[in-house]
This record gives sequence, C-alpha cells and structure tokens, in this order.
Amino acid sequence: MGSVTATVAPPIGRNIIPWFRTFAAITGSGFRRYSTYRQATVAGAFTNTVFGFLRCYVLLAVAAGAGGVAAGYSPAQLATFVWVGQGLLAVVLLWRWTDLADRIRTGEVASDLLRPVHPVVSYLATDLGRAGYALLTRFLPPVLTGLLFFDLVLPSRWQTVPLFVLSVGLAVVICFGCRFLVNATAYWLYDARGAMILWTLSSGVLAGLYFPLRFLPDWAAVPLWLATPFPSLLQTPLDVLVERDGAGIQAGMVGVQVLWAGLILLACRRVQRRAERKLVVQGG
Amino acid sequence: MTALPPDAPVIEARDLRKEFVVRVRAGRFRRTKRVVGAVDGIDLTVRRGEMIGYIGPNGAGKSTTLKMMTGVLSPSSGEVRVCGLPPVAQRVRLALRIGVVFGQRSQLWWDLPLRDSFDLLRHVYRVPAAEHAARLRRCRAELDLDGFLDIPVRQLSLGQRMRGELTAALLHGPEVLFLDEPTIGLDLVSRQAVRAFLAELGATGDTTLVLTTHDLADIERLCRRLVVIDHGRVVHDGSIEALHARYGSRRRVVADLEEPLAEPPVLPGAPLLRVEADGRRLVFACESATASEVVAGLARLVALRDIAIEEPDIEDVVARLYRAPAPTPAPTPAPAGDVAQGCSITSTAKVPGASAS
Ligand SMILES: Nc1ncnc2c1ncn2[C@@H]1O[C@H](COP(=O)(O)OP(=O)(O)OP(=O)(O)O)[C@@H](O)[C@H]1O
Ligand SMILES: [Mg+2]
Repeated sequence: MGSVTATVAPPIGRNIIPWFRTFAAITGSGFRRYSTYRQATVAGAFTNTVFGFLRCYVLLAVAAGAGGVAAGYSPAQLATFVWVGQGLLAVVLLWRWTDLADRIRTGEVASDLLRPVHPVVSYLATDLGRAGYALLTRFLPPVLTGLLFFDLVLPSRWQTVPLFVLSVGLAVVICFGCRFLVNATAYWLYDARGAMILWTLSSGVLAGLYFPLRFLPDWAAVPLWLATPFPSLLQTPLDVLVERDGAGIQAGMVGVQVLWAGLILLACRRVQRRAERKLVVQGG
Repeated sequence: MTALPPDAPVIEARDLRKEFVVRVRAGRFRRTKRVVGAVDGIDLTVRRGEMIGYIGPNGAGKSTTLKMMTGVLSPSSGEVRVCGLPPVAQRVRLALRIGVVFGQRSQLWWDLPLRDSFDLLRHVYRVPAAEHAARLRRCRAELDLDGFLDIPVRQLSLGQRMRGELTAALLHGPEVLFLDEPTIGLDLVSRQAVRAFLAELGATGDTTLVLTTHDLADIERLCRRLVVIDHGRVVHDGSIEALHARYGSRRRVVADLEEPLAEPPVLPGAPLLRVEADGRRLVFACESATASEVVAGLARLVALRDIAIEEPDIEDVVARLYRAPAPTPAPTPAPAGDVAQGCSITSTAKVPGASAS
C-alpha cells in the first residue's frame, strides 16, 4: 500500500512525506464529512446501546446455564465482549456502506478516477476518518453504558491496551477492504446488492457479532480464523481486550490480522485495476 | 513531468473509437446484444493555448470523447495522447495536469462546504499554499463564490455548485481544461461571469480549453475553433466563419412594409426567403447583392416602414449541420445554389435612416 498509484510507481522514498500529508488530509475530510450527520450518529449510538442490553442479558443467561463460565469466558468477560463489541460495530462498520457501489452505478466514480490519488488509497483514508469519528461518537456511549450497568473486566497485562488499539485499527482496514471488494462487484454486475446481502448475512455470524466464535468447536473456529478475514473484523480485537487467551495467542491473533490486512488491500488494488480496464463510466 | 516542445500538440487523437455493447430487449425474455459506436474514428489535434468548442447533437459522442481524453474510459481502438501521455495508462499523472468539469456530475465532496473541498484539493494535488491561495482568491472574486463558501455542497443551487466545480478544476493550475457543459443550469449573470472568466484564462495563451456545450453563445464568445461531431465523427473542424462560408450563411434584410403586397418585388442577387405578417414583412437573403443594394432596391420599389439587417447566426448554421443526413468527413465548400436560411432575430442590426415614407 506504499504507492500512490497502480499505474505509475513514483519514487516512493522521496514522496513519502507529501504522500502522508495527502493521506492525512483525506482522512481529516472523512472525519468532517461524517461529523455532519449528527442525528444519524445519535440514533445509531442509541440503537447500539439498546441492543447491547439485549445481547448482554442473553449471553449472561447462557453463561449462567453453563455454570458460570461459557466457552472460556467469565461473565465479566462476556459482558465486556458484548458492550465493547456494540461500540466497535460502528467503528469497523460491518454494514451499510454502499458509497463505492452507488458511485459506480451513477458514474460518479469518474470523479474519483480524475484525482491524482489511487482510489483504494483515497477511499481507505476517508474510511479511517470515518472510523475516527465513530470512535468518538459511537464507541464510547455503549462502552460507558456497559461500565455503568455491568461488571466489566479491565485489562491486566500492560500490552493489552496497545494491542487492542492496533487490533482495532487493523480490523477497520480489513473491514474496509472487504466492503470495498463487495462494492466493487458493481463494476461487473452493475448492481452490488446481491453481493451486499451475502456479505451482510455472513459477516454478522462469522465476525462474532451474534455470538462469540469461541462457542464453536476448534475444528470450525481455527480454519475460520486463519482462512477467512471474518474473525479479524470483530472477534479478534474483543478477544485481545478481554484477554481470553494467553499473551502468545493474543499477539498471534493480531499477527493474523496484519496478514489479512495486507492481503485484502492487495486484492482491492488488483480488483480496482481490473475494473478500470473494463470500466464503463455511466451517464453522459 | 513530460516536457513537451512548445509547439507540440497538447491533445492528439488518431482514429479514436469507442464502442459500447448494449443489451436491448427483444421480445419478452430475450435480450440481444447491440454494438453502439459512440465515437467512430475521431482525428483531432489541439495545440497549446487553443480554445476549441467541441459540439454536436445529443448522443453525438462528445462526453464519450472527453472521458477517453481524461483517462476514465478506455478507447476501443485508436490512439489518444494528452500532454504527451496516454490518458488511461497514465491517468494519475495526467490528473495533475488537467482540469475537468462534467457538468452533470459533481466532483466536489457532497457533505463538505466548498471551502473545505478546496482545502482538501490543495492537499490532493499538492499545490503550494501560496499558489493555491492566489488562484482561489481570483476565482472567489470573478465567480462570486463568497456568498456560499461555507454551505455544504449538497445544499447549493445548481449554478452555485457549477461555479464551485469550475473553481475546483482550476485550483491546481491545469494545462488543459476539459469542460463538459459547464454552463448548464447557470443564470444569465453567472453564465456571463463564467464566460468572461474563461475568456480571460484563454487570453493568457497557456491554458488549452476543450469546451462542450449546447449553448452556442459560449462558443461564439470563447472559441475560435469549432469542432462539430455527429454520430461519433468530425463533420466540421475550423473557424465559425468557415462554417458560415461552407453553408453559405448570408446576411438578411428584413423589410416591414406600409401596405401588404400582392406581388413581392424581385431583387437581383437577393432571393426572397419568407413573407411574414400577412405580407407586411419580407425577408431577403443577401446572396450576391450587398445589404445596401437590397435596401436601396427595396426603397425604390415599395413603401418601407422599417428595415433591419441581420447577421448570420451560429445556431442556424449549426442546426443545418446537425440535420445533414450523412456526416461527410471533410469540410467542403457549399455549392453556390445553397442559399442561406441561417439568420435569426437575435443579432439584429438596425440601419439608421433606412425608414422610408
Ligand atoms: N455507458 C454507456 N453504455 C452504452 N452506451 C452508451 C454509454 N454511454 C454513452 N453511450 C452511447 O454513446 C453515444 C454517445 O454518448 P455521449 O454521452 O458521448 O453523447 P454526447 O455527445 O455527450 O451527448 P449529449 O449532448 O446528450 O451529452 C450515445 O448514443 C449513447 O447512447
Ligand atoms: Mg454529454
């Protein structure tokens, strides 16, 4: 992801500082763009908080039924998993991102192509800005609510917080890449709705939103973790935060995320390049 | 950057073509493929500082050409270079050197105020702050942006947005400007402001302009060279005067009579085009006769109430070009018998003292 363009490779060393400045400016604009939708932000934070109560009570009941500890999580860990998960949902933004598909459909994607920045880079930068805004406005309300009403675990290892921050950042990048790919089907299919539905269905289950993936047997969970990006979207940062595993596995899971982030971004770049070769810009 | 020799063409297209495959319904379930040749072999050379009007009827292939020249659409065949670069392969590099406005779609960030968009563009194009500020200052003054710089783009009126788009396309000081219907939806005052602004830009001789519009007044004001395309082919490439000459556009004399005439007068070298207002108004084309000869001849023959001389009009001559059945590749002089119909009431020049009793 170090180059500005797929078609021209500028001398990277010399351009890296202006490149970051451009990236940061686009990120800043992403933050500002999303900050204009205050009502949606409030409504979203409220909804996530309400659903947090539902999910938390269900999981705590499951844990109680299992005699306290369920799938290796204590009740406090489960509550933390749910409430932080409710906050992260809007930060990684699993669903409801159709910007690219819409712009392909209307032909407005032409404007993205007319800028001297690679589309994957500019969409990623924008998305990081969006995630930053969501971190302030959508992450905190459910987490604070959880802290207020439930017993949550606090990290005990020194590395947990930095690992969690890194893991969330990677989750955002991976999720962005997945959404970009799903949206990019519109380049070929004109309409990305089919792919979008498939994505919505699978990501909710496989990212660990509906239940922690650790409830699955190992033969299912391990391949899921390594061979698909889904657990890296939500389950990994949460497991890192609640210290579900030992320090080694905790760091290893973040390592898996790093691999997935790189892989997905490469895939995005490749898909974009292919798309541009056959792209038909709609509308006169 | 590719340094071009000063007289090298800024835009060069050779046999440029674009075909679209469209699926059309044939019967209830069946769909058949049909190939639409949107651009069908265009040759074009544009030199630095030229301002060309790129016009043609709806669906002629103007926007498609501009998309290929700006690198967002791959040609089906043929060759095109802009600033010496192949647009699609070098799109990102080219983007730094061209400015584009597609009138029907926005290049601004919908949720951001213009001020923020402009600021972001400075970073995206990596323009030095002072240069950016100077250009923005000029656009603000000439396009009158100050009233709506802080309003999100989605809340701007069409004309306000278009002025913003134009500014956005200029802030990085592009060498070539591609404008696809930039005056669409502008009111008279804004349109004049935009024209004056572009005229001034063109006067410096550094910026090359390709302008697509259906408002021929834009072209008349700005472009000395006119490229007319139809069905994806160039049907005229030359000055507006050459177009008038080709179609034999002539001045016309409009005579208002005191009394309707049963038998209109016959003037040598000036055929009667129309009789209007129940025979009270006669319209003559100045073919081999001059306007003053026609006026003098009329004054001798009939009782004139008023008289007007009309210049040939670009709209009419272009309309005739659009109506021409098969596009001819090269401009050919019109045959002598091809009499003007190309005049309009818009540019009426009254002849002082021509009223006769
Ligand atoms: N994406 C597309 N898919 C299929 N056909 C297309 C597509 N875009 C344009 N065309 C066809 O190509 C032809 C040229 O279209 P184009 O948009 O270039 O016309 P234009 O000269 O810009 O017309 P206008 O004055 O109406 O803007 C039209 O016949 C149009 O139907
Ligand atoms: Mg068009």
